[in-house]
Amino acid sequence: MSARCLHVLEAGPSVTVQDAGRPGFLGEGLSRSGAADALALAEGAALLRQGADLAAVEMAGMGGTFRTSHDMRIALTGAPMRADLDGSRLTWNASHLLPAGAVLRIGAAEAGNYGYLHLGGGVATRPVLGSRAAHLAAGVGRALQAGDDVPVGDDSGGACGLTLDPVPRFNGGELRITESMQTALFSDETRARFEDTEFARDARANRMGVRMAFDGAPFAAEGQLAILSEVIVPGDIQMTGDGTPFVLLPECQTTGGYPRIGTVIPPDMPRVAQAGPGAALRFRFISQQEGVEALRRHRDALAALPRSVRPLLRDPAQMPDLLSYRLIDGAVSAHDPDPEGDRK
Amino acid sequence: MSPPEGFPMIAPVGLCGMAVRFSDTLSEPANRAALAFRAALEKESWHGVEEVSTSLTSAFVRFDPLHLSHDTLEAQLREMLSAQDWYKAALPGGRRHFRIPCVLGGEQGPQFADAAAAAGLSEVQARAELCDARPRVLTIGFAPGQPYTGELPAHWDIPRLKDLTPKVPQGALVVAIRQLIIFANDTPTGWRHIGQTAFRCFRPEADEPFALRPGDEISLRAIEAEELQAIRERDQDGLGGAEIEGIA
Repeated sequence: MSARCLHVLEAGPSVTVQDAGRPGFLGEGLSRSGAADALALAEGAALLRQGADLAAVEMAGMGGTFRTSHDMRIALTGAPMRADLDGSRLTWNASHLLPAGAVLRIGAAEAGNYGYLHLGGGVATRPVLGSRAAHLAAGVGRALQAGDDVPVGDDSGGACGLTLDPVPRFNGGELRITESMQTALFSDETRARFEDTEFARDARANRMGVRMAFDGAPFAAEGQLAILSEVIVPGDIQMTGDGTPFVLLPECQTTGGYPRIGTVIPPDMPRVAQAGPGAALRFRFISQQEGVEALRRHRDALAALPRSVRPLLRDPAQMPDLLSYRLIDGAVSAHDPDPEGDRK
Repeated sequence: MSPPEGFPMIAPVGLCGMAVRFSDTLSEPANRAALAFRAALEKESWHGVEEVSTSLTSAFVRFDPLHLSHDTLEAQLREMLSAQDWYKAALPGGRRHFRIPCVLGGEQGPQFADAAAAAGLSEVQARAELCDARPRVLTIGFAPGQPYTGELPAHWDIPRLKDLTPKVPQGALVVAIRQLIIFANDTPTGWRHIGQTAFRCFRPEADEPFALRPGDEISLRAIEAEELQAIRERDQDGLGGAEIEGIA
């Protein structure tokens, strides 16, 4: 029997394999990489009832056309994209059965930026330095393209036709930030104005960072401009020479000499990555203690995700994969079908 | 030396990081302090610490604040800081010297003449000085395996350019602020592009993906463009013809 694989028939310009990333190489100049929206990885894992450490296919802005060698369970998470299976619309934020040979088409993002295609068993490309995540800026891996056959791991099996309500993160909102090494280089007045300013994700954004467009005077640090290069972490808000903030994402550089006004806390990073064009974003300083509490609640919410999964109730007229529907029976029988009852 | 005013200091880096800074300007003792402090942190391997690294004059700790509180970590760091004079710490062990073939000037180093002039040297003098220099890897950073080496003599304290060069190739030798860098990847930069090597700082598929470590030393062997081409053609390990020897 041939190996399980995902055939890429067409791919958008920035479709890559991503997992939780490759921590531990900051001292070697290699940033972590990994999914731009880590929450989407956790949601996909919950929908397929598998580990959140498995790799998935990340699609920036635009999806692709795929076919599988075998029947496979899939889940779609992150930025909602128009998806259909042999012409029948597939629900986003849900798991489905993809029969061998059927054509899965995933189009442009309808909100947000990064959509994810998860496969039962996970993408099984060869790990580099402990991770399958592409890091294009570092030259690790490459974008998927038409003709690629992406190996997929063995699926221990389970239900399809499950859904969950995604944590809202596609329409901007408030980003909580904590003080960082150079926050004090910005005057109280500049920091206050920074918190009062409404920003929008600029088109100049990629997995390295997001430029924040705004109206008003530049945000300048005081005193010496030539600060010594220091460590950078994802979430850092780097103020470039022209006083425009960049929020750094998982493929950022590891050191830099631009002053940083603060750092977005990890729970709010999916909101940075997924803010759609024109979505309004604001920054708000919180204390370290508040940040730690927010992180604790975030971890608790991630741990609770598998319990928030419920059967996808579908219009029988749009139900091409009866097999997957049948798989629901029994698999989730103890579950409360009321979506409101699931919200924590 | 006595520590710079206000240093060493501990500063937050986001919610899950803390930096121990030994100076806000580059100095050899502060760099040595950062490297030694990082090595000591690695040896301690405190519960909740996920990663340690260095930049030019700082050590960095990434940790999980749900398993190690900010207050506890800061207290532990302070205790470690007071245990010895880190500015007098020895360099890391196992250091190596990499002698790296490099084309200086010409098409492969278009800003060489400009850099020499900025340093107040003739091109002949600049070439001689660069080939005699044996700068140390102060830190690896920005891009994978990319070394920041220094320090060159004081007259090489030339500023970065305001206008970025849109793309300088992988293996390029660039200079600014008394430091030399060999670029890990094609990159835009404000540093002056003065030479070209076939040295690959990062080889993701290799057993040792990162060629250099902080504390290693480099020197340049001036070659002509034809030799660089020949090295590229026969290069198997990505070292670009570099010769490596241990430093006793």
